[in-house]
Amino acid sequence: MSDEFTLGRIFINLLIATKWTIILSIIAFVFGGIAGFLIMMMRISPIKPIRFLSWVYVEFFEGTPLLLQLFLAFFGVSVVFGINLSPLVAATIALTAFTSAFLADIWRGAVEALPKGQWEASSALGFGYFKKLRYIILPQAVKLAIAPTVGFLVQVIKGTSLASVIGFTELSRAASQINNVTLKALLVFALAGAIYFLLCYPLSLWSQRVEQRLNQQAH
Amino acid sequence: MGYAFDFSVIRDNIGLFVAGALLTFRVSLIAIAFGLILGIIGALFRTSGNRILNAVTLAYVEVIRNTPFLIQLFFIFFGLPKLGIRLNAEQAAILSLAINFGAYSTEIVRAGVESIPKGQIEAAMALGFKPLKIFRYIILTPALSNIYTALTGQVILAVLFTSVVSQIATEDLTFAGDFLNSRTFRSFEIYFTVCLFYLAIVWIIKGFAYWIERRFFEFAKYSRR
Repeated sequence: MSDEFTLGRIFINLLIATKWTIILSIIAFVFGGIAGFLIMMMRISPIKPIRFLSWVYVEFFEGTPLLLQLFLAFFGVSVVFGINLSPLVAATIALTAFTSAFLADIWRGAVEALPKGQWEASSALGFGYFKKLRYIILPQAVKLAIAPTVGFLVQVIKGTSLASVIGFTELSRAASQINNVTLKALLVFALAGAIYFLLCYPLSLWSQRVEQRLNQQAH
Repeated sequence: MGYAFDFSVIRDNIGLFVAGALLTFRVSLIAIAFGLILGIIGALFRTSGNRILNAVTLAYVEVIRNTPFLIQLFFIFFGLPKLGIRLNAEQAAILSLAINFGAYSTEIVRAGVESIPKGQIEAAMALGFKPLKIFRYIILTPALSNIYTALTGQVILAVLFTSVVSQIATEDLTFAGDFLNSRTFRSFEIYFTVCLFYLAIVWIIKGFAYWIERRFFEFAKYSRR
């Protein structure tokens, strides 16, 4: 069997690895979304200690590099707890923390962008705290949050590339490995970049469209 | 949990962290300065009205913004030597960071330029402002004040991104952590400390940005909404 790496073989190998980039992105976005929603609820809570805790969380994960969060999850957690995490589990933990902090911040911004009168009016209607959120605040905030949330999904997909550093084989790691064998760096990384672009660009466009539509409605 | 935390490894090697932090700081500063120049040129091209310049710049912006920095870094570090361009790790790191920051700042600066209504300049002319004063007070200051928050946020993201350059053996803060980890295996203590260093850098930038905003843009705030 010939191990010659032709253009076609390189491309197919990259595509196989792309599956894991997509899977990891979805995992990060789903878990990050759930955790981010809880953190956002804490951030807008009327109780001060809860707000403070969530502020610390967001400040830490927004203010430190994703790469370091991956190292902490992969090397740090396994040393402290004496367990060996697989690269996939470590990447899931780190990307969930990273994604949830940014989504919590984006969504909090959307909630706080609503006029105070919305809260006051729903109070006047006799709604309790959670009823206010459920029926008045969140439905309106969701509309504002769609564009930046989709935009952030692009950051998540790009962020999964760093999971390659702790040994998770997705698109970037596959590209590095193929480059090590073939030494065709320009070709391999251009192809990998093109695949990332095809994943991310439609989302970027969608995010821009939604934002434009929202701006037009506002005028 | 039977793990005993031992931060003495940090104390004993503090010089390594500081040296790494200084390199992170230097690489960030140079890359952001060059990136900002790229961004201003990019914004000029995007608003020039010249279709080709606009299309080329837009392609640059979208390609960079929709691909991971790691791939850009590897493309430059491993790819450019194939074209006969030899770069050491630090040069490759600065080049790719500047190109990356340039794309993001192009769009931010463009938004600033476009945020100044023509009527505002015409009104200043009608009031008899001299051209230099118009540029300084009517265009530059409000435009900067409009994009200031976005630009600061992007600077912070860029500094955090510099951690990735450790992967091509640039001896930055993250690399210092990796180096120490491979010798002592005090992974948690080391990486947590490195995180705190980055957090401190981010807070210093935030504080500095806040001071500049107070000092220079306070009076221009009316134009923000």
